[in-house]
Amino acid sequence: MDFLVVQFLTGLAGASSLFLVASGLSIIFGVTRIVNFAHGAFYMLGAYAAYSLTERWEGALGFWGGIVAAAIGVAAVGALVEVTLLRRIYRAPELFQLLATFGVTLVVQDLSIILWGPEDLVGRRAPGFRSSISILGQQVPSYDLFLIALGPLVLGLIWLLFHRTRFGVLVRAATQDRDMVAALGVNQRWLFTGVFALGVFLAALGGALQLPRDAVSHTMDLRIIVEVFVVVVIGGLGSVAGAYVAALIVAELNAFGILVLPQVSLVLVFAVMAIVLVVRPYGLFGRPEGPPRTGTAGLIRPWRPFSGGERIAVAVGLVAAAALPLVGGSYLLSVGAEIAIFCLFAASLQLLMSAGGIASFGHAAYFGLGSYGAALAAKTLGWPLPAALAAGAALGTAGAALFGWFCVRLSGVYFAMLTLAFAQIAWSIAFQWTSVTGGDNGILGIWPPPWAGSPAAFYWIALALAAGGIAALRVIAFSPFGYALRAVRDSALKAEAVGISRRAVQWTAFVVAGGFAALAGALFAYLKGSVFPDNLAIPLSVDGLVMVLLGGVETVTGAVVGAVLFRALTIVLMSYTDYSKLVLGLLVVVLVVAFPKGVVGSLQGLRPPWRRAAAPPVAVPAR
Amino acid sequence: MSAPLLQVEHLSKSYGGVQAVRDVSFTLRAGEILALIGPNGAGKSTCFNMLNGQVRRDSGRVLIGGRDTAGLSPRRVWALGVGRTFQITATFASMSVRENVQVGCLSHQGALGRLAGYAGARAREEAEALLALVGMEDAAERPCGELAYGDLKRLELAVALSNAPGLLLMDEPTAGMAPADRVDLMRLVAAIARERRIGILFTEHDMDVVFEHADRVMVLDRGRLIAEGAPEAVRRDPLVQRTYLGEGLLYEKGAA
Repeated sequence: MDFLVVQFLTGLAGASSLFLVASGLSIIFGVTRIVNFAHGAFYMLGAYAAYSLTERWEGALGFWGGIVAAAIGVAAVGALVEVTLLRRIYRAPELFQLLATFGVTLVVQDLSIILWGPEDLVGRRAPGFRSSISILGQQVPSYDLFLIALGPLVLGLIWLLFHRTRFGVLVRAATQDRDMVAALGVNQRWLFTGVFALGVFLAALGGALQLPRDAVSHTMDLRIIVEVFVVVVIGGLGSVAGAYVAALIVAELNAFGILVLPQVSLVLVFAVMAIVLVVRPYGLFGRPEGPPRTGTAGLIRPWRPFSGGERIAVAVGLVAAAALPLVGGSYLLSVGAEIAIFCLFAASLQLLMSAGGIASFGHAAYFGLGSYGAALAAKTLGWPLPAALAAGAALGTAGAALFGWFCVRLSGVYFAMLTLAFAQIAWSIAFQWTSVTGGDNGILGIWPPPWAGSPAAFYWIALALAAGGIAALRVIAFSPFGYALRAVRDSALKAEAVGISRRAVQWTAFVVAGGFAALAGALFAYLKGSVFPDNLAIPLSVDGLVMVLLGGVETVTGAVVGAVLFRALTIVLMSYTDYSKLVLGLLVVVLVVAFPKGVVGSLQGLRPPWRRAAAPPVAVPAR
Repeated sequence: MSAPLLQVEHLSKSYGGVQAVRDVSFTLRAGEILALIGPNGAGKSTCFNMLNGQVRRDSGRVLIGGRDTAGLSPRRVWALGVGRTFQITATFASMSVRENVQVGCLSHQGALGRLAGYAGARAREEAEALLALVGMEDAAERPCGELAYGDLKRLELAVALSNAPGLLLMDEPTAGMAPADRVDLMRLVAAIARERRIGILFTEHDMDVVFEHADRVMVLDRGRLIAEGAPEAVRRDPLVQRTYLGEGLLYEKGAA
């Protein structure tokens, strides 16, 4: 019993930091309608900055001065990011905003390694809170008690700020209707900058306050952002009170979950989130959002199947690709097979993003499930290659069916956050369930049988399956189902009014896309001969998003071009620089801001207008 | 005698403390054109959205072809043969004009679940016939996103007809259109309705449109049905006149 009380207090202490970060995210979203993916990065920066200020320059400000100065400094960095980057994309579709802020996350990750080194840093204890206090015979760190008190204190301060100051009233008004606030003559630019800086300040403060509890590492950004996404999904985006309640729920579930089921404490949290989403799709304190801004601004050209000439061009390209073994060595063939696999992965994501208008931020989950499915079938069951590939595809499809069922209940940013959270849970299962997946050591020794074992033979297999898969995805995009999917994307209201069920259609698309991604993942397992949790980690999901964006999100299968370019680029980058994330992050930001149509989309835009308008001749009905 | 096309009994809805619709009852026969008018905020759109299942009703019944639609989603109501157009046009902007109608036709045929076969080549004749009906056959290949507003309204009509509906619900079919286009569109709608014996319920602010085409007119004020009948009778109804022209005079008289 006493032990439970202590565990409860530990949960409460954990909730405070989570609440600080989540409330910052919520406040920013409420006003700017941007889900700031970089929030975890600012949290991490806060911790690093606090480490430097309290360890190296402790004399100047003292410990507590250092903590606050760190948060203020990071808030200034946040304001800079808002002014230089976010202002350019406030009217862009949500996908672009999420991607741009994710690009910032990548940049910050490498910058923090450059500035602070790759090792974990351990900060000092907080002065005045070094001891433990005995509660019911159990030792509780006094710093935990300080954090427990801090949560409600910050909640109260935020309440005062929002209800007793002009700035706060403007923030609340803008949360309700920002166009109206602009119409009343409020300078929105500075309001947005101020709100963003406030949100970042809270995140950085949350990070800085973790210093006495936990080591600072360069992976803490993704860890916290996933938890924070769960918190705001449960609490409701835009609600500070909701963030507090949800942070309590999540932190307590974490604290007690470890006691009950150490391996699956995350699963418990996600189960609660799933229940909340089914009962209240916009979170406990959230309000329904307006229709998501999925389409890009301006006219979208209707899609057309390939014309005769284009088909010939594609066939020629395919024959040229199939001829690679005649000229290339085994390294080139392995690179070629990898590119083919990622073409299929990117094309499967594009079905969701372009035709469906829904951006999965966790598409790697199905790729990775495909890898694990194939590896387990081959290693533990001894299945032959074709059966193992099918098993991988089946496992990924099943995973997509399960996760997708929850995801399609949401739309817009909620959908993106939930897909990300599910990918993270799949990752942690692969990471923690060592008896089956091997955990961090992965599964090794998955090699194709002799008939498929030569580099050329495996390259051809990969190319054939990838080309077949991409062709199938293209057929689906132009099938009646593909039209239903686009109808839902263009106007969910109208689609429902002509008998189309949004959820059923999007769920089917999710499952189909997951299945093809899993096939790619299964091939990847055989290509590498091994499977690791990285195969379903967030960076791979983002790679997929970048490939689609690079190819052109308004195109049918431009992602294939994007995948070829991107994969080739990363292979080159890896050999020239240690800071590939930095370059990749900057590339993402530049793509979003300056080049949102992607390569294929821009090329299509360059076509002369008479070609653009060209459509298959139609027999005009006689009147 | 068979059940009327649309039968509404004691329909009510409140939002918080506001009674948007109170105890509204009426019927609509096949081939009849019924107008629902009333000042802004009278509850017309709420009433409409309850009929096709977009808004859940608090109490009352809606029977379409004798079948109670309680708890049915808009897409199930659509499957009962109800077409619907929106006050602010809703179309599929990334498709061509014909593809918009094809989606409706394919949905009607139950073919939208198919994962293979080029949809642009299916239900083509049906779609073109519907476009010809609304006079848009020449625009079939144009991207829907570049149409003028009046054309979008006609396209919506063609899509709403794609399931061969017996009942058409049109929420302000001519809102936002130029006066000449309004008259043309409503004449077209009326002609189609008479020819195909489609029952039409529409809301409208343009009284020329209402009195030229409606067989019957219902007046809604603050959620309550205050008058119903032939256009001429409703036009002369003193209560309706007060509702539209205001009651300020009455208060002045009372004070004097």
